[in-house]
Amino acid sequence: MIEVSIKKELLSVDGKLKLSIDMNLEDGEFVALFGESGAGKTTILRMIAGLEVPDSGRIVVNEEVWFDSQKKINLIPSKRKIGFVFQDYALFPNMTVKENLTFALQKGDDPEIIDELIETVGLKELINRYPSQLSGGQQQRVAMTRALVRRPNILLLDEPLSALDHTMRHKLQDELAKIHKQFNLTTILVSHDPSEIFRLCNRVYQLESGVVKKEGSPSEIFVKEKISGSFKFVGEVLAIESCKPVYLLTVAVGTQIVKIMATESEREGLHIGSRIQIVSKAFHPMIFKIDSN
Amino acid sequence: MSENFWLTMVLTFKLAVVTTVILLFIGIPLAYFLSTTKSRFKPIIETIVSMPLVLPPTVLGFYLLVAFSPENAFGRFMQETLGFRLTFTFEGLVLGSVLFSLPFMVHPIQSGLQNLPKTLTEAAQMLGKSKLTILFKVLLPNIKPSLLTGTVITFAHTVGEFGVVLMIGGNIPGVTRVASIAIYDEVEALNYDIANQYALILFAITFTILLIVYLVNRKFLQKM
Repeated sequence: MIEVSIKKELLSVDGKLKLSIDMNLEDGEFVALFGESGAGKTTILRMIAGLEVPDSGRIVVNEEVWFDSQKKINLIPSKRKIGFVFQDYALFPNMTVKENLTFALQKGDDPEIIDELIETVGLKELINRYPSQLSGGQQQRVAMTRALVRRPNILLLDEPLSALDHTMRHKLQDELAKIHKQFNLTTILVSHDPSEIFRLCNRVYQLESGVVKKEGSPSEIFVKEKISGSFKFVGEVLAIESCKPVYLLTVAVGTQIVKIMATESEREGLHIGSRIQIVSKAFHPMIFKIDSN
Repeated sequence: MSENFWLTMVLTFKLAVVTTVILLFIGIPLAYFLSTTKSRFKPIIETIVSMPLVLPPTVLGFYLLVAFSPENAFGRFMQETLGFRLTFTFEGLVLGSVLFSLPFMVHPIQSGLQNLPKTLTEAAQMLGKSKLTILFKVLLPNIKPSLLTGTVITFAHTVGEFGVVLMIGGNIPGVTRVASIAIYDEVEALNYDIANQYALILFAITFTILLIVYLVNRKFLQKM
């Protein structure tokens, strides 16, 4: 159980930003902080980790007080049992993959966990490489694994997949989901990618200029009306062509680019770059088998 | 080559080695402090560290001479209570060189530390590591080129130092007479060939040291 109730005044590009957030996380939840850049998502994560100090409030994790401005408690970052994955991965360039992982062991820890994790995540062939010899996706996996060595109470992910291409992203999203399930770790993910949040999280806090605007399940946040028996895709409009009397939209959905038809009223208000939801009734789909097993 | 010549050369390099080692112990903590502190006094400390870069060496030498002279209270205290005489002694030379070469050690290390991504420190903190462990296991190993540059430039600069050494050390063979002063001395006495011996050796050694630094650093950067 994690309770976060903190306030902090930030100086941002657009002037002062008053950050104020209340969150309650149950054990094993996978929660997303979603919002425009500059909404304060990363700062919230850093305050939970102790890398930044809130102006006021409380952070309590499993009944252990990490921060309390009234009682003047502020646990230093290294005493908070957190797994943190940074946007730039922050692997230590002077250490091999194996050394990066072993460095995360605490005094008295059983080193066997390293081998277990290497097995689980499939890093075996890479253990003697240096971070500079790894691809972005591999670095991300090492950073992820390193964060798990300490057996943390919470896993904090600061846009961990934002630097990767679509295919790699999807693969690692699956891996994240797998790891979350296996270790049942309470996880907070900072992301501005709705499809990522859809795939991974059970709850979303939508932030706008430092405050929570909406909170709920991903479909409550991102889908206005619920439709059953249908396919739903989130996509981005790349081009709009007029083919009177209808319109032809070119839309990027995941790694695919599709052309779809839109009526005059559907097209209204759309422009290039708009995020849209495409819903298709599922009563007569065409199904093709693609692999042999 | 005379015995005096070797005495001078040995003294020169002894001074450089001792100064460099002392400065490693002072420079690393100081550079670490300057690279992490948010103190209001940081600009003042940085200014003091950098002063020897712009100040004529004779100014520093002069003040050290005055401060440590047994004629003055501080110098008398040092000599009578602690048994330390700093003027015209090797210890005095070391002190002068340490002060004078301070920026050459601190600046490369400080900028090396400042150029490392902040997330390296933060990631290590998140793994439960203490500041000391982070400094020795994460930060310093990743600024090896800066450490090497600081060490070598400090060493080379101490070998070449003239003004401070002359002011505080004088020119006592085997005690405070280093190569740079010997050259000046021999030229004044019109002994050009001896001056040339000193000069040539200093030239060759300095060239070799710096060449090694650049070669090693290039190799290191390729590995990164």
